[in-house]
Amino acid sequence: MSVDINAFVTRCDIGGGDGALSDLAVGVKDNISTEGVETTCGSRVLEGYEPPYDATVVARLKDAGARIVGKTNMDEFGMGTTTETSAYGVTRNPVDTDHVPGGSSGGSAAAVAAGDVDAALGTDTGGSVRCPAAFCGVVGLKPTYGLVSRYGLIAYANSLETVGPMARDVETTARLLDVIAGADERDGTCNSEADDYADAVEEPTADVTVAVPQELVGEGVEEGVRSVFEASLDSLRDEGAEVREVSMPSLEKALAAYYVIAMGEASSNLARFDGVRYGPGGEGDDWNDSFADARGRFGDEVKRRVMLGTYALSEGYYGDYYDKAQNARTLVRRDFENVLDDADVVASPTMPLTPFRVGEVLDDPMQMYLADANTTPVNLAGVPSVSVPAGRADDLPVGLQLTAGRFEEAKLLRVARAFEKAR
Amino acid sequence: MEQRIDADDVRHVAELARVEVTDDEARGFVDEFNDVLDYFETLDDVPDDVEAEDDFENVLRADEPEPSLSQDDALANAEETEDGYFKGPSVS
Repeated sequence: MSVDINAFVTRCDIGGGDGALSDLAVGVKDNISTEGVETTCGSRVLEGYEPPYDATVVARLKDAGARIVGKTNMDEFGMGTTTETSAYGVTRNPVDTDHVPGGSSGGSAAAVAAGDVDAALGTDTGGSVRCPAAFCGVVGLKPTYGLVSRYGLIAYANSLETVGPMARDVETTARLLDVIAGADERDGTCNSEADDYADAVEEPTADVTVAVPQELVGEGVEEGVRSVFEASLDSLRDEGAEVREVSMPSLEKALAAYYVIAMGEASSNLARFDGVRYGPGGEGDDWNDSFADARGRFGDEVKRRVMLGTYALSEGYYGDYYDKAQNARTLVRRDFENVLDDADVVASPTMPLTPFRVGEVLDDPMQMYLADANTTPVNLAGVPSVSVPAGRADDLPVGLQLTAGRFEEAKLLRVARAFEKAR
Repeated sequence: MEQRIDADDVRHVAELARVEVTDDEARGFVDEFNDVLDYFETLDDVPDDVEAEDDFENVLRADEPEPSLSQDDALANAEETEDGYFKGPSVS
């Protein structure tokens, strides 16, 4: 390949040996701790940081014999939809290097799509696994909140984020989930038993009901993406699925609620980066100046979100933003519960548009945020969701997003596999 | 159109967040912040009386000491340490 897609921040070779994943070379997103291997979160603030311990998901990959061959590039601290905000350079989409790979797990998706690895771990706070999976034409799963341990994941927005597997097919994605899922005493939110997902995906699907929320297929969806989505629904119908239009009115509020909550949590979580315990220190006469100087190394998008989060949580504004956002979140969760009472999965285009050109939205954050309209509601509800390759529009990949009820990953991946075979 | 916040507000929030921004950066953030805050108006008509269904339970372990990170490992990434402690800037 003539253009370096820059999928990795650091190359390494750890793990390997016997186990269920001994045949796989895996990439791990650079916000997931790897003992002794630099972990930067795509930020200058953590340049040189070598975690003294493995994240639970990394320890489980190693125990299963996976070879971890690199730490993958990402939007700084996971804040972005394009993998352009990394301090270590832009990652490019291997399908067309003039375009972004999506984000924030763009390095993971690009490495999988380019064949540099067999599979990868990403993290998904508002779509950061599913967006790059869709943009690069691979499979990416955001598991149920609480199915996969977050111990050792460097936090951005704890109440929303999950670690998720990515691969070129549903089966490999399920094999990774088999290894990383399940209770971890080091993460108090992670105490559910896992299923056998790889076994489950090959079982036949019968009488699947697919709900399509009109709020996710409206004006914001590009024509080419809409055509691919319509064809995807036809494929599902051919497999015997019943497709229903539904309405989920709360989704109109979801994107704003997501950004208020994510920015609020970010402003608190990123307070720890003061240059004292890890990362390069700051200069200054007293601690305020020194911390502010160390934190001046944050890139623009991180500064934006930390500052907007600080503003939204400050006295006098809290009720207008954070309380409203939490209420909207409850309504979104209810809408998913109600729809999924009567349907097996919710379907929509993963992204309303095809991958941006490199540089296209870097200076227009609001445009970039709007692209997350279909992925962010899922994180507010905490339910599992997968993006599966659905075809191309303008020669660029389009993903189908399928979402199921809490802890229904086995069913979700089975429907995803049936779609993958049928398409 | 009246702007919600100006460059002084941005500098004030930057100070609260302990993030150094130059005057140029602060001016650059003004329009972006107003765009985003305008968009957050979407939330204005969300009802105030939504009951959150609370089906969460606290998960606690017995409060007994267990092996932890060694002091050396915990300090390994710090730029400055002294007598087994992190060394931070002086508090004025």
